[in-house]
Amino acid sequence: MAERSADGPALAVEMRGIIKRFPGVVANAGIDLIVAKGEIHALLGENGAGKSTLMNVLFGIYHPDEGEIRVDGRGTRFTGPRDAVGAGLGMVHQHFMLIPRFTVTENVILGSEGSSTFRLDRQAAERRVADLAEAYGLRVDPHARLGDLPVGMQQRVEILRALYQGSRTLILDEPTALLTPQEVDELYRILQRLREGGGTIIFITHKLREVAAISDRVTVIRRGRTVGTRVTSETTATELAELMVGREVVLRVDRPPATPGEPVLVAEDLVASGIRGEAALRGLSLTLRRGEILGICGVEGNGQAELVEILAGLRKADKGRVILKGQPITNVDPKALRRAGLSYIPEDRHNRGLVLDFSLTENVLLGNADEPPFSHGGRIDGDTTQALTQSLMEQFDVRAPSPATPARALSGGNQQKLIIARELHRQPDALLAVQPTRGLDVGAIEFVHKQLVQERDQGRGVLLISFDLDEILDLSDRILVLFQGRIVGEYLSGHVSRTELGLRMGGRGGDEHAAVAD
Amino acid sequence: MSTLQSRTSTSPRAPATWLTQAWSAVPALLSSVGAVVVALLVGALVIALTGDDAVTAYRALFAGAFGDRRALGETLVAATPLILAGLGFAVAFRAGVFNIGLEGQLVLGALTAGLIGGFGFGMPAMIYLPLALIAAAVAGGIWGAIPGFLKAKTGAHEVITTIMLNYLAFRVSAAAIGADDVFPVDPGSRATERAAEASRLPRLLEGTRLHAGIVLALVAAVILWYLLFCTTFGYRIRAVGLSRGAAAYAGIRWGRTITTAMFVSGLLAGLGGAADALGLQGRYYDVRVGYGFTAIAVGMVGRNHPAGVVLAGLLFGALSSGATRMQNTAGTSREIVQVLQGLVILSVAALVAISHLRLGQSLLGRLPSRRTGERVRSDRTSEAVSEPELESRPNPPAI
Amino acid sequence: MSDFFTIALLTATLRLSAPLVFAAMGGLLSERSGVMNIALEGFMLVGAFSAAAGTYYTGRPFLGLLIGTGAAMLASVIHAFWSITLRGDQIVAGTALNLLGAGIPAFLLQRLFETAGGTPAVARLPTIGGGLNVLVPVAFLLVPLVHYLLFHTRAGLRIQAAGEHPHAAESVGVDVARYRYACVLASGALAGVGGAYLSIGDLSQFTVGMTAGRGFIALAAVIFGNWNPVATLGATLLFGAAQAARVQAQALNLPISQDLLIALPYLLTLIAITGLVRHATPPAGLGRHAATE
Repeated sequence: MAERSADGPALAVEMRGIIKRFPGVVANAGIDLIVAKGEIHALLGENGAGKSTLMNVLFGIYHPDEGEIRVDGRGTRFTGPRDAVGAGLGMVHQHFMLIPRFTVTENVILGSEGSSTFRLDRQAAERRVADLAEAYGLRVDPHARLGDLPVGMQQRVEILRALYQGSRTLILDEPTALLTPQEVDELYRILQRLREGGGTIIFITHKLREVAAISDRVTVIRRGRTVGTRVTSETTATELAELMVGREVVLRVDRPPATPGEPVLVAEDLVASGIRGEAALRGLSLTLRRGEILGICGVEGNGQAELVEILAGLRKADKGRVILKGQPITNVDPKALRRAGLSYIPEDRHNRGLVLDFSLTENVLLGNADEPPFSHGGRIDGDTTQALTQSLMEQFDVRAPSPATPARALSGGNQQKLIIARELHRQPDALLAVQPTRGLDVGAIEFVHKQLVQERDQGRGVLLISFDLDEILDLSDRILVLFQGRIVGEYLSGHVSRTELGLRMGGRGGDEHAAVAD
Repeated sequence: MSTLQSRTSTSPRAPATWLTQAWSAVPALLSSVGAVVVALLVGALVIALTGDDAVTAYRALFAGAFGDRRALGETLVAATPLILAGLGFAVAFRAGVFNIGLEGQLVLGALTAGLIGGFGFGMPAMIYLPLALIAAAVAGGIWGAIPGFLKAKTGAHEVITTIMLNYLAFRVSAAAIGADDVFPVDPGSRATERAAEASRLPRLLEGTRLHAGIVLALVAAVILWYLLFCTTFGYRIRAVGLSRGAAAYAGIRWGRTITTAMFVSGLLAGLGGAADALGLQGRYYDVRVGYGFTAIAVGMVGRNHPAGVVLAGLLFGALSSGATRMQNTAGTSREIVQVLQGLVILSVAALVAISHLRLGQSLLGRLPSRRTGERVRSDRTSEAVSEPELESRPNPPAI
Repeated sequence: MSDFFTIALLTATLRLSAPLVFAAMGGLLSERSGVMNIALEGFMLVGAFSAAAGTYYTGRPFLGLLIGTGAAMLASVIHAFWSITLRGDQIVAGTALNLLGAGIPAFLLQRLFETAGGTPAVARLPTIGGGLNVLVPVAFLLVPLVHYLLFHTRAGLRIQAAGEHPHAAESVGVDVARYRYACVLASGALAGVGGAYLSIGDLSQFTVGMTAGRGFIALAAVIFGNWNPVATLGATLLFGAAQAARVQAQALNLPISQDLLIALPYLLTLIAITGLVRHATPPAGLGRHAATE
């Protein structure tokens, strides 16, 4: 039992043989994770490998079906996050668990407000929070309203809260997803300082570079199983990549070179403000040609959402023009856009792409209902639509009992296939694909990628917007970098390194025109 | 009337196979029946607790509702405004709007019908009756469209606005009944003048008070069914109600759709009021019966499906007509019916909630949720486990 | 002369605002904790009836007040159970409770007193002068109390957290359901006091439908007051003044339509809701269920 920790270094967290099943899927199929005290331990795995489930198990949010967990050498059986916090674990969530309307101090102390059981001593709390921030070099203003702070600062508040709660082991779930490179550097500095102070850190990521940059050791999981633990300095990126994806080389889409034709979708000088009135697009221009996949990469929150919504007719641009096949379509409603030849695969299938409680047939009607052959004079042609749905299901391999099945009952992959089937059925001139493989398994991702390439080869223009740099690199013929509402770089596929793109995405990067396509 | 019927019956084949509706109809029916049974049992408990014999009370209730020709007639008469207003509730609910303003819409419809009938124009029934009905429908429709429009334009939650509009409608009604210098009213009996014979809904069955309003209600149900499930208009309403985000994606205008749906909702409630005034009473009485509130229960028990609403309307009509007999013979106060309505809504809501929580989606047919965001969470399909949270936060309602 | 009427108008405003303040403070707590509460009207009716019936049987208005408060609280347990534990639709549950709140008193009225319109006359709560009963100062003292509770106590911070982001609150160990239950029960109790105010404070009997939409007006005041206790108080005073204006106009025999004056508070509510809701910022987690299970 305890001999292991007696031999080697003291252990902060031991998870052995963790199995967690959900209806229809085994999320964790036997995971071992051994984290020593005072190390930064990366947990590496692809989307859907089971990382989040594992951490929820560790935190007592899910109860493992099998396996044992020890924290600081003691066997535990947490019944909720509260127990985990009590045992010295702290979680920094990917989607922050913070309250925008509260101040920094209020967010930090919530749940552990201090000695007084009734009155809230704000001043004392603010002092404590300020002292703690000072001690760990986390620069935040305890009086500031959280919602007014930049993302990187909000993350520091989450770290601060974990420390305030007495965490000795900090778990960070994909902490860099929303950060700029500078903020990432600052995070690394903070984590190193925490480690020097004796803290333990579990760093969840799917990015190899982050493993190399920050971790001491790394555990790789694939499809719910631990496939290996390595000392970071003694391994290579290639080895880790192989462990992570389980193949020799990273998946490559078989893709003949593009033969771009005339411009099909042009945006000129788009200006728009975001939800909170901030400048989201600041003079964005782009040209999509027939027969190419144009990828737009960038850190989330740099204007992608606004660009997509303007192109899809869901938001009005303050300035600028959008032209489809030579016709101005600026600020035209979605129906007219579809008619003009633009199809759109939205990022959010549950809240945009589908009506989950509609049947597949009714979902095929979405966006098509007013047009023949789907309807005539306001009367829906149910038989025709159903027959069409049936044939689309066969053509696009949508697996469902019948066209009358509600979309809710389908897996994510099949839902996405249905959306793609519906959108491609219109034979659009331009296709707007936003995060088209988010949350899908490998098989579905391959299918979606193939479809996009096929569309390109049939002479359509495909505008791909994704936060997944690998997807952009794999699929795009041309790549644009979006930063703070503007295109800050343009590259031909194969003529740019990740590093260069990464720098550009962070708003830096050297020579303005060195790698720019002709 | 018959022309309408023949038109709808020759309508295209039922699209039953391509709608999830058909798929969930039977479980929905069963769960509604279950909810009614639970409510009746709790109601029996309430009756017993207050010292009456529940069995005697329910037996009298049943006899009062179905016991003879007259009772049956009374049930249908009581069901008429309930079905019409219940259809109104359903169409609004399908669009994602919770219309508690049916009572006000119904009152204005009844008032309008009563006034027009009270004027005693020298018109043939062929013109007079349709005129009165259409005017009542429009009055109710406008009163319904207002909260729809306000919600669309300002985001004002319909629950508050419709209730305020209810009270305003009551004031309008009281003011109109008091204004005998302008309108054909009789302030003494708090009613409009008796409606001209040519404006009245004809009686269907001698020896009963059954009038043609029930035909109107059934035809309205068929038309609404057709509109909701066979036309693009209905498709837009249902899409907007189930997912505002997806509807926007499809280019369906939310504001316009909910305003129209609320117009139709108020229109149906207005017709319900007119049917009561021109069919049963022969004039409009400025007295609150509460049909509009019962209609909420009717809509919910009927799962907001026209066929279900007809059945639920008959059920509540039976409760209402039987309650009088119950009060007279068993001594149980007829207000128990109002209690039953609340209980029925609670048990429908509980069954829906429980079906979300545990039994899984497929077992019980569900109400369309007005906050679809909530659903995604319970959707633990295989990929929902690994998938990042897709739920986008809709703006919370401001109430 | 005009001074007299100014004072009369003022006291009438206080008198008519007080029940709204009770219900509004209850509604505010419930909504701040994240539970939509359209059932205030039903709670008020239950409170009004039970207080009158309680006073009738005990002969002591203070016991009646206690009974009314308790009964309304009992009704709010139903709302809490449906909205929090069953995670049902809060509007649907509220609608059902409003129907029950109207139906049960009417039913019991028949049963207990064999009348349809209202209870027999009962004793009233003592007055403090100017036609105001003892509950009036209590109502206005309640506002700073609620303010202090929300913004200066640990419980207040947690209530707000439950209403703003239940998931986040749970992640730091706040028992969201418990705080929500407490707030909904408080809303029931306070609305019950507001109802008792009407039946045994202002009048000395319960009559069917005597709340006349005050529960909804109180809720509108919460929205109008942007979920802030002090601003909500301002809104209730405004609605109270609108009602007082009618009473005064009646007393003065002013040639204004009675119907219009009666309609005034409703019209005002409608305008307030539609005109101001754009600028309102409701608790971000209002109506959202916590994420447990």
